[in-house]
Amino acid sequence: MSEPIASVNEFVVKFANVNGSGSASANELFARSILRMGVPVSPRNIFPSNIQGLPTWYEVRVSEKGYLGRRGGVDLLVAMNPQTWKQDVEELSPGGYLFYDSTRPMPASAFRDDVTTIGVPLTAICNATYTDARQRQLFKNIIYIGVLSVLLDIDPEAIEKLFGEQYKGKEALLGANRKALKLGRDYAHENLDPDLVKLRVKAADKVGDRIFMEGNAAAALGCVYGGATVCAWYPITPSSSLAEAFQAFCKRYRHNKETGKANYAIVQAEDELAAIGMVIGAGWNGARAFTSTSGPGVSLMTEFIGLAYFAEVPAVIINVQRGGPSTGMPTRTQQADILSAAYASNGDTKHVLLFPEDPRECFEFGAESLDLADRLQTPVFVMTDLDIGMNQRLCNPLAWDDSRTFDRGKVMTAEELDAGKTFGRYLDVDGDGIPFRTIPGTHPTKGAYFTRGTTKDRFARYSEEGDVYIDNMERLAKKFETAKSLVPQPIVRHAKEQTRYGVIYFGSTSPAMDEAIDLLEEKGSHVNSMRLRAFPFPNSVKDFILAHDKVFVVEQNRDAQVRGMLSNELGIDPARLVPICHYDGTPITGRFIARAIGGRMEELKVVSLERAVS
Amino acid sequence: MTYIAKPKLHHPSLTRNEVGKTRRDYEGAISTLCAGCGHDSISAAIVQACFELSIEPHTVAKLSGIGCSSKAPTYFLGASHGFNTVHGRMPSVLTGANLANRDLIYLGVSGDGDSASIGLGQFAHLMRRGVNMTYIVMNNGVYGLTKGQFSATADKGSVAKKGAVNNDSGIDLASLAIIMGATYVARSFSGDKQQLVPLIKAAISHPGAAILDVVSPCVAFNNHAGSTKSYDFVREHNETVNRLDVILGAPPMTAEYGPGEMVEVPQADGVTLRLRKITPDYDPSDKAGALSFIEEKSQAGELATGLLYLDPLPKDLHANMNTAAEPLNTLTESTLCPGSTVLETINAALR
Repeated sequence: MSEPIASVNEFVVKFANVNGSGSASANELFARSILRMGVPVSPRNIFPSNIQGLPTWYEVRVSEKGYLGRRGGVDLLVAMNPQTWKQDVEELSPGGYLFYDSTRPMPASAFRDDVTTIGVPLTAICNATYTDARQRQLFKNIIYIGVLSVLLDIDPEAIEKLFGEQYKGKEALLGANRKALKLGRDYAHENLDPDLVKLRVKAADKVGDRIFMEGNAAAALGCVYGGATVCAWYPITPSSSLAEAFQAFCKRYRHNKETGKANYAIVQAEDELAAIGMVIGAGWNGARAFTSTSGPGVSLMTEFIGLAYFAEVPAVIINVQRGGPSTGMPTRTQQADILSAAYASNGDTKHVLLFPEDPRECFEFGAESLDLADRLQTPVFVMTDLDIGMNQRLCNPLAWDDSRTFDRGKVMTAEELDAGKTFGRYLDVDGDGIPFRTIPGTHPTKGAYFTRGTTKDRFARYSEEGDVYIDNMERLAKKFETAKSLVPQPIVRHAKEQTRYGVIYFGSTSPAMDEAIDLLEEKGSHVNSMRLRAFPFPNSVKDFILAHDKVFVVEQNRDAQVRGMLSNELGIDPARLVPICHYDGTPITGRFIARAIGGRMEELKVVSLERAVS
Repeated sequence: MTYIAKPKLHHPSLTRNEVGKTRRDYEGAISTLCAGCGHDSISAAIVQACFELSIEPHTVAKLSGIGCSSKAPTYFLGASHGFNTVHGRMPSVLTGANLANRDLIYLGVSGDGDSASIGLGQFAHLMRRGVNMTYIVMNNGVYGLTKGQFSATADKGSVAKKGAVNNDSGIDLASLAIIMGATYVARSFSGDKQQLVPLIKAAISHPGAAILDVVSPCVAFNNHAGSTKSYDFVREHNETVNRLDVILGAPPMTAEYGPGEMVEVPQADGVTLRLRKITPDYDPSDKAGALSFIEEKSQAGELATGLLYLDPLPKDLHANMNTAAEPLNTLTESTLCPGSTVLETINAALR
């Protein structure tokens, strides 16, 4: 028997449940109560493409050190789903704890002798207390939270307070939940050894003023703050909750208080093609518009994205990435749409991509993307993913500077037209590749033009002349060059010691990377890191790569998509870029990155030794 | 087509409308379509209708998809913004444009390939949503730009120029639009300007989803014997249900018609539609009746034209969504951004 795992404020609890059993809110209560004790947590939903009946998991990482990435491994398993019992129990770390419903006897072979087993007759307790089947089901979840709160030393006051907030004005529900919690706590006090579990939650002060929010809601709120008035979307996991959150925020903050009228329009389109078409129509007509979708949706939108690129129409596409290709893994996470978004469309196209690391950046980039789309008159992708989008994540509070104004970009007004300013829709007057546009209806006789996906000259006249075509394509390339200085710039962190190794990462990999850097440092391995926040890659990215002998490129896809882009776009020798890819659909872990980079560094040392000898 | 540029000088004696514009102010670039193409007649009818309605050209946004028909917006309303979108997807772009600015007049121009084949889905959903626009299908039953393939509106049994027989059922866009919820549905013929111009005017005046299916013969690929979309065929089989006058302001008294021969339908903005009945008992407000009439005529090899369906109390997308009266594209930070104080409240609720 392994020594039971003992830890204060650093462990992983995994709940194995059945989808639709009401476990989600109980499990969230568990996570939030720890947060209220000042201890950071990062929960992750691991769920199937299903509404009821299939297995679902909720993994809570408790980390006073503040690591918010997935850690890997399980210290305490709450095994509530017989269907997945075997695989769940196998996943438990040696010395871990297995919590289960002991109402029905289980054969000895179902258990492991290197873990501590905690059986609580949850079903029996429920059946003795409740007559209603739904209540028996729902309160079973709260009862196990009650038991766990005793075993892990979770402050019952914190839970009570959360109940109070959640069931404010619903006294019956409040009472019933309190009762269920007490049932669990009483059972634990009366029947279980208080030292059985050596995992403890101890009040700390490590949460600060941070907030606990899902990235999809944050991105939606960013679109509200950024002035989006038109949202057109088509339901697709894992992005649906983004448009729904936008709707909820708009209902609250975007109705005229006197007239009750809506200062926004949301259309659930018939498909993704129509959704992006509406966004482009609205953008062409001077409204800020966005759509939220996932990989398969972007595939469908691709023709329209090419039109918006070539006709230069602002559009924002929030891609909450999931596992691909095709329908892929609809409820799992990946960063595998980078290439398909960056070069979406036939012909030579390039699009601006933003890579938020957490809900806070989902908010910021949501607003920022609308400015960039207007400024650059082109589609802008916000490349978030399921891990950020559909999990609550601890992040810095959202901030807004009230003096900030929307950057509407180069829009020529009726006054400017009247003053005789030359208007050429595709005329580069400022040398930055960005032309002026007019909004339909601006002027009775000046500034009207025809928008089309076919080639045109600087004054928007149809032309198939080679030199006219090249002139326009070169200007578009120049505009993309301009974008480099407008997009969020990468963030560099230097290692404690001089090193010839660098690492490049982006998006949801961020918290795991933070941890990996610490893990590597503990072993004496040092890497400088650069977090990309946008494509096109600013010049500083090339400088960073060239300042290192080897740069690891960490990403959550099979084909090292960003590594390829770095090589192609910046003219970097691919041998300098070492791919570190994680793509099984689970969020990347600090342990994985540290192991992979540590391993490659060892190999590289060996290679250089050989070279030195030969 | 012609390579002769249009003269820029207007004759001083040209009639001016209420906004001081001549008919020429509603024209566009020289057409590059084939000489005799029905689409050019429809463009001319659009010019005439907008002139007669005294519309300021820059208050119109003209949108199209891809195909011969979708090229047409270049050939009328040169002072309007236009958008030649992608094949079959103009409806969504028009919807988005309309959401951004409800004050403009939206003119969607499409063809039978664009609307009935690749774009059938978007066509149907546009009608469902009640987008306030005039949607004109220049319907010739054939793909012109790719040289003569059947489109989805080609009638079953009709014969292509090179002899192929169409075995697939033709889609009747007027019937489909009625079923899908369009509130103004008319059909006309590019060769009948007398009928077409008032129908376009009425469609533009209609505050909801208005569609005009205009049979428009393709002189290059679908104007032969065996075609059901040729000039000769349509002239011979045209079953007009009514004639329409669009009256701006208070309608004058009239005594030309006997009881039951004429109906006046007041529209928003003081426009009155006066319907002179040709087919007795045809009631365009009777949805089921309209559908069965169109089908009966179709089975008899006839084409029902005129104002086929009209909902006198249409409700458009903005009404359904309770959108602000001012265009969304004019709203600024103070209206749209809730500000930092609200954000603090949101933050507090997330701790």
